Amino acid sequence: MPAAAPGPIVLWLSSRYENIELAQAALAHVCRLRGIDAEMEHWIGMAMREAVANAVKHGNRLDPDKRVLVRLESAGDDLTIVIGDEGGGFDPERISDPLAPENQLKTSGRGIFYIRTFMDDVTFSRGEGGGTVLTMRKDLSKRGDAKGEKP
Amino acid sequence: MNKNASIRKAGEVTIIELKGKITIGAGDLQMREAIHAALAEGARKLVVDMSQVVTIDSSGVGELVGCFTTATHKGAKMKLMNLPAKISDVLTVTQLITVFDVYPNEAEAIASFSA
Repeated sequence: MPAAAPGPIVLWLSSRYENIELAQAALAHVCRLRGIDAEMEHWIGMAMREAVANAVKHGNRLDPDKRVLVRLESAGDDLTIVIGDEGGGFDPERISDPLAPENQLKTSGRGIFYIRTFMDDVTFSRGEGGGTVLTMRKDLSKRGDAKGEKP
Repeated sequence: MNKNASIRKAGEVTIIELKGKITIGAGDLQMREAIHAALAEGARKLVVDMSQVVTIDSSGVGELVGCFTTATHKGAKMKLMNLPAKISDVLTVTQLITVFDVYPNEAEAIASFSA
């Protein structure tokens, strides 16, 4: 059973790639408090980094005046991460399959695939003020399946 | 020469040594610059040493694929060696591990150009 859960951590970051490290530091703090091992932290971190990078690049289009919401909350066996942006929103159904042969050598289009691979539940919604809100959950009880790779 | 990527020669083979995070806005661009610089200098046998890479994201993977395509278009061969397990996993889940020639060490990577 994971250690005691900290309360939610909420960050508002300006849209700069270097701020991904702040989100990573917050995740490391939560993982340390919950006793999450380095293996699982690595894959959760990769999913979160992809989500923040998407919010900065595709959501807020690198506008430093627009903010990225990072919210981490862990309760019971779950770790939930919410990433929000202030962009124009996007349709996740329009993301192409990076495993399709015609996409294999493309230089982009793998981020959301990685998020879905390494987390247990991933949903997209529209933020109250517009933009995209990505909510992803990791089941911390799956210690032997940290990578969460689908067969 | 940059923080995340350096270049050295091993006979006719150019070794690109990557370090740290190959991620968006930092290591991904430095990796591209190093590989493109080697290609511009005429390198046609390249091996990317991943042994000191601690993490790679989709942007880094995309740059790696882009460099592979650029090298191929220039008539060069770009191979990978010394993949840490987590880097191998990242390439495996997107099935890119089958696109690249991957070798467990430098000796085998260099020998592969003579095969």
